[in-house]
Amino acid sequence: MTDIQVCIGSVCHLKGSYDIINKLNKLITENGLNDKYKVKATFCLGNCTGAVCVKLGEEIYTVLPETADEFFLKNVKGSAE
Amino acid sequence: MRKFESNVQYTKYLVNREIAKRFLAGENLQEAIEDIAETIIPGPKPMTRCCIYKERHIVGDRVKIALEPFKDGENVIKIIRSACDECPVDRFVVTEACRGCLAHKCHEVCPRGAITIVNHRAYINQELCVECGKCHEVCPFGAISDVLRPCLCSCGAKAIIIDDDKKAYIDDDKCTHCGACVYNCPFGAIVDKSFVVEILDLIKKSENNTKYKVYAIVAPAISSQFTEAKIEQVINGIEKIGFFHAVEVALGADIVSCHEAMEFAETIEERQWMTSSCCPAFVKYIEKNYPELMDHVSGTVSPMIAIARTIRQLEPDARIVFIGPCTAKKMEINEEDLKGDVDYVITFEELRAIFDAMEIDLTKCDETSLDNASYYGRLFARSGGVSEAVKQANINLGINADIQPVKCDGLDEVVKTIKIASFGKLKGNFIEGMACKCGCIGGAASISHGPKDLTEVDKYGKLSKEENSVQATRIFDLENLDLERKYKVLKDKKSI
Repeated sequence: MTDIQVCIGSVCHLKGSYDIINKLNKLITENGLNDKYKVKATFCLGNCTGAVCVKLGEEIYTVLPETADEFFLKNVKGSAE
Repeated sequence: MRKFESNVQYTKYLVNREIAKRFLAGENLQEAIEDIAETIIPGPKPMTRCCIYKERHIVGDRVKIALEPFKDGENVIKIIRSACDECPVDRFVVTEACRGCLAHKCHEVCPRGAITIVNHRAYINQELCVECGKCHEVCPFGAISDVLRPCLCSCGAKAIIIDDDKKAYIDDDKCTHCGACVYNCPFGAIVDKSFVVEILDLIKKSENNTKYKVYAIVAPAISSQFTEAKIEQVINGIEKIGFFHAVEVALGADIVSCHEAMEFAETIEERQWMTSSCCPAFVKYIEKNYPELMDHVSGTVSPMIAIARTIRQLEPDARIVFIGPCTAKKMEINEEDLKGDVDYVITFEELRAIFDAMEIDLTKCDETSLDNASYYGRLFARSGGVSEAVKQANINLGINADIQPVKCDGLDEVVKTIKIASFGKLKGNFIEGMACKCGCIGGAASISHGPKDLTEVDKYGKLSKEENSVQATRIFDLENLDLERKYKVLKDKKSI
């Protein structure tokens, strides 16, 4: 099981981290990856200038609600296959 | 120069600032007590007491209270015996204005025959006086003064007793820790124990949040404080102290609104009426005076505990410090069923002292946003807000129960309303109880008090991104979050 940590600190929250969490959860379910990935909220990943911060493995990505699909395809689904 | 509401607040501030400053400089505080007293009372003229030596002694006692380790079961509200000025105990006294008139209405009206006329002047026999106040009302010269000791006057829970030396002391069996006496004693002789040293030490030992992360959870009442700067600058300042991150307690309030709305719908038929539980002094009042009514008190934890547990769910090793206007929160965190959720509590007064000790100028700070909660979560800071929030959660969750709120603004109203409820005569089914007038923004350890603060809360509330409590909590795993209180009184009752 791999955790995808989505920052919900104030800055990230204002830029739509709740929407990203919901989107990622939906995409994971749609692609049958529930046993491989779990989306977790976290308060502050310490990189507020790169909001919304999403941590996968050791890497921190900047994701926005409109780029959540792209992030999923490239970094989640892509590496799962 | 900062504005303080009174010199009492200013002195408390000076003591905390001096302690914080010296702690940060690595001084041995126990050895510095005398030096701190001399710094704060430089002399040569005393400010209010007989001499500077007494004033220094009192400051020394203030420092000692702040430095003494806090013991389990101790009251955070403390009387500084040396500072208690032994205010008059007799409430009604005949003053110089008495003319010794022919009518002497005072004598006629007194139901206890306590007033006699001696040498052309009225005289009150204090042994007989029951303090009904009729003489004070009828005197055409206004010659009978009504002076109730401010500590007695402020305490809605009647927890202050005057001993044989005319000094005040606190009856711990009755005290709700609301802090009204702390705020109202004109000599500053009652204080809430400060945890400034413990908190600065916690931050220091975190080694820049690498050993563990120290979270500040900030009460929504902050909106009416530190008005010289923007709230975003205050949050930036809080992080500059060394906190890893600041989180809104108002988000905990959103969680509580939803949980309490569900609790209401599920239990109201059996309970008939229930109360809120966010105000620890309100809950304490019922627990100590009407233990048989504890079944009616909401079993939902307070917003402070809800947000602390949310943070711990995501980060089990977090250390959590609550920042708010409340002295009773300092006691709440030690409740048997809540221990370990929040590490320490500091008040806005103490936060101000830390800012200044570290020379953090809020007006020059960058802006760091604080946003997770909804408008309704933020309304918990003011009287009436909890009812509004629970009502909206009730609608937004699609429950649509019939909630009829009864608002108690301040402990005096709480006392009356609970009495009415105990007779089964409550007009409504949901009591919103707040021990401080205006709600948390009127808290004993607020820096600013007043009705204008009410509009600040609403203004701040409207800035939030999330529209309602259901929206604000939608991504949290609330099903796996323990939001239930296990009140000691109820547990004891069950074990009998």
